[in-house]
Amino acid sequence: MHLRYLLPGLGFLVLAVGLGVGLTLKPREIPSALIGKPAPEFDLPAVEGRDGGLSSADLRMGTPVLVNVFASWCGPCRQEHPLFMELARTTDFTIFGLNQRDAPDDASRWLEVFGDPYDKTGADLSGRTSIDWGVYGVPETFVVDGSGCIQYKHISVMTRDVLEEEILPRMRGQKHVPCEK
Amino acid sequence: MIMRNLALLALLFSILAAPAVAQYVDQPLSDPVLEKRAQGLHKEIRCLVCQNQAISDSNAHLARQLRVIVRERLEAGDNNDDVKSYLVERYGDWVLMRPPLNASTLILWIAPFVILAFVLGGAAMFVIRRRRQQQIGFEPLDSQEEARLAAILDEQN
Repeated sequence: MHLRYLLPGLGFLVLAVGLGVGLTLKPREIPSALIGKPAPEFDLPAVEGRDGGLSSADLRMGTPVLVNVFASWCGPCRQEHPLFMELARTTDFTIFGLNQRDAPDDASRWLEVFGDPYDKTGADLSGRTSIDWGVYGVPETFVVDGSGCIQYKHISVMTRDVLEEEILPRMRGQKHVPCEK
Repeated sequence: MIMRNLALLALLFSILAAPAVAQYVDQPLSDPVLEKRAQGLHKEIRCLVCQNQAISDSNAHLARQLRVIVRERLEAGDNNDDVKSYLVERYGDWVLMRPPLNASTLILWIAPFVILAFVLGGAAMFVIRRRRQQQIGFEPLDSQEEARLAAILDEQN
């Protein structure tokens, strides 16, 4: 057969494959600019009524940690919360909570009612620390390696699939991204 | 009747006024030159929550906060590029309404020209082929055909 008769079919194939790949992308999830970079410097007080606070020094503990951005006003946070409760119960992972723009009372009541899976919490009342972390939606969950270098960010509700495929390997030091400077 | 006209007029005015309402100014800077620069920058920074809007057009909380940060950076003496890179460090190139030209955005910038080249190339090929066909169509008659044509015309006359 002559090549010119194949061309429209070929064009269609390229277009179909291109658009097909496009359909699998998630344009609402903006890749983090901070992967492979040191976590930003911050020092926050604890959620009201809780001990300690959270600062960037806590992230350089030698072992990977989870940083979960949550708020009492965030509906989806309740959906993923049992998963973090389960992690706190069944693993020895360090889990930190970054409480974003919350009323102090609401935040502490939320943790009392639904349980507190966090080893430490930081109350980001102004939301500025969240902006330094490139957070644009709540919930978001970061994996930070033992040297304080951001390894991974999951946007929106944590699921068991994401936990098993993306989070757990990184908490065990796999899929490590080298840190810039 | 008059009431209806008035209502229509009110509707028209409210439509005309809409774009003005869409600008969120918050607390402007006291320096008008700086404030003008801030508002210019607000149009270049993408609202990450709404994604197809600049932070100047969005009332999302994050957009409001980024507008404040832009003003803060300008007051601290940053130039426009400093302000943009402050936000790009945190949110990536995504935060800019106009993506910069770099390795990862190269395809975005050159694809239109590649497609244009293909279209122009295709059009040129079409025109050339057409012209060649036409030339073939107008090939002069040889002496034998000339003679036949003359004979046919003679017959008709």
